Amino acid sequence: MRELWRQAWTIARKDLTLEFRSRTAIVSALVFTALVLTVFNFGRDPTAVSTLDLAPSILWVTFTFAAMLALNRAFQLELENQALEGLLISPLDRRSLYWGKLLANLAFVVVVEAVGLPLFVLFFNVAVGHVLLPLLAVIALATVGFVAVGTLFSAMVVRTRFAELLLPVVLFPFLLLPLTYAVQATARLLAGRPLSEVVGWLRLLAAYDIVFVAVASWLFPYTVEE
Amino acid sequence: MLWAEGLRHAFNGGRVVALDDVSFSLTAGQTLAIFGPNGAGKTTLLKVLAGLIRPQAGSARVAGGRSAIGWIGHQSHLYGHLSVRENLLFWASLYGVPRAARGARATDVLARLSLTDRAEQPAWSLSRGLVQRAAIAKALIHDPQVLLLDEPFTGLDLAAAGELRSLLGALRGAGRVVVLATHNVDEGAELATDVAFQVRGRFVQYEPRGGRGPAEIADAYRRAVGETGGGRHA
Repeated sequence: MRELWRQAWTIARKDLTLEFRSRTAIVSALVFTALVLTVFNFGRDPTAVSTLDLAPSILWVTFTFAAMLALNRAFQLELENQALEGLLISPLDRRSLYWGKLLANLAFVVVVEAVGLPLFVLFFNVAVGHVLLPLLAVIALATVGFVAVGTLFSAMVVRTRFAELLLPVVLFPFLLLPLTYAVQATARLLAGRPLSEVVGWLRLLAAYDIVFVAVASWLFPYTVEE
Repeated sequence: MLWAEGLRHAFNGGRVVALDDVSFSLTAGQTLAIFGPNGAGKTTLLKVLAGLIRPQAGSARVAGGRSAIGWIGHQSHLYGHLSVRENLLFWASLYGVPRAARGARATDVLARLSLTDRAEQPAWSLSRGLVQRAAIAKALIHDPQVLLLDEPFTGLDLAAAGELRSLLGALRGAGRVVVLATHNVDEGAELATDVAFQVRGRFVQYEPRGGRGPAEIADAYRRAVGETGGGRHA
């Protein structure tokens, strides 16, 4: 188990170093996040629909599409000089490859969310101070869920011709549940509802994470075999 | 150290035969040169030996498993935005080279491939020949017992090709097993202890090189390929 984590960390550190050096996906994701929040902010009519009704959906649309950029890039990194072939020849445990990619993707998405959340608060003028901890819990649980599934599907589609197009399509059915839970929980938190109304959604998100992280980790080795 | 028994593999629903009843075994210090025309199944054989492709029949085994294999293929497996040294350290880590030994191991391999002055350059900035040298360095970083080489001389200039031959000769002397696949008889003949001609997935000839030189092997190869009508699949 220790070796599995050591290898996973080696993969994650390499991916993050490559992203830090090239800054291709992170810049795109951050610009995309700022752009979407800006457009939604100036495009809405506050007298027609209240901010609190729109804000949770906008937050999660932004995070999901920004995360898609990370997920698309995760295995495309390995196509350069067919490094994926080298990884599969090496004694690297396939599950380590999955966990390494998952860790790097989570780090990437967390950076985007760390920038996106303050922008969201700024643009939509929603008070999150009193619900910050439960809101962060919702964001963390939902992010783990859809990044876990997205990492698996990213590996499955990377060798197809239209990987970037295909990933959101195949991922969509699996995103419905965690995003629905996340939007519902976020809406209740921003509306100042009691925490007891949110706990159920948090439990559902946690259950989704446990199930799909385990299933994705188990299935992953089969997706990368030639 | 390396065994292959009754390997069979085909692509496109069986229409393209890549491996047809291939069997052989190699012990320490043996170098097998596999010559064959394009499409003969040489790369597929190496991928099966490396565990990249599961054969449809037969089995292949390398003593020590994946950790014992060094691979040089058509692609370098290098990450462009990492320096040559960083690439080597990354692969050394994956192959389980102890942390304390990685730096010295990388320095040694870089020196053997005459890459010391390129060590801190990002891989994307290297020329084709230097990339191939770095790929060879990557294959040697964990001091593998078995080397699988697919057209390893591609992109190397005469001097670098000579250095690679010397290196492979030294590895053979140190008891390593080398399997070298190429369509160019001149490149691999001198290194080999054993020679195989692969045509349409099948070893049409497999024997010790003996005292034969490249010219004699080239003649035998032309005869073998001619008799079987070339390597292209129907």
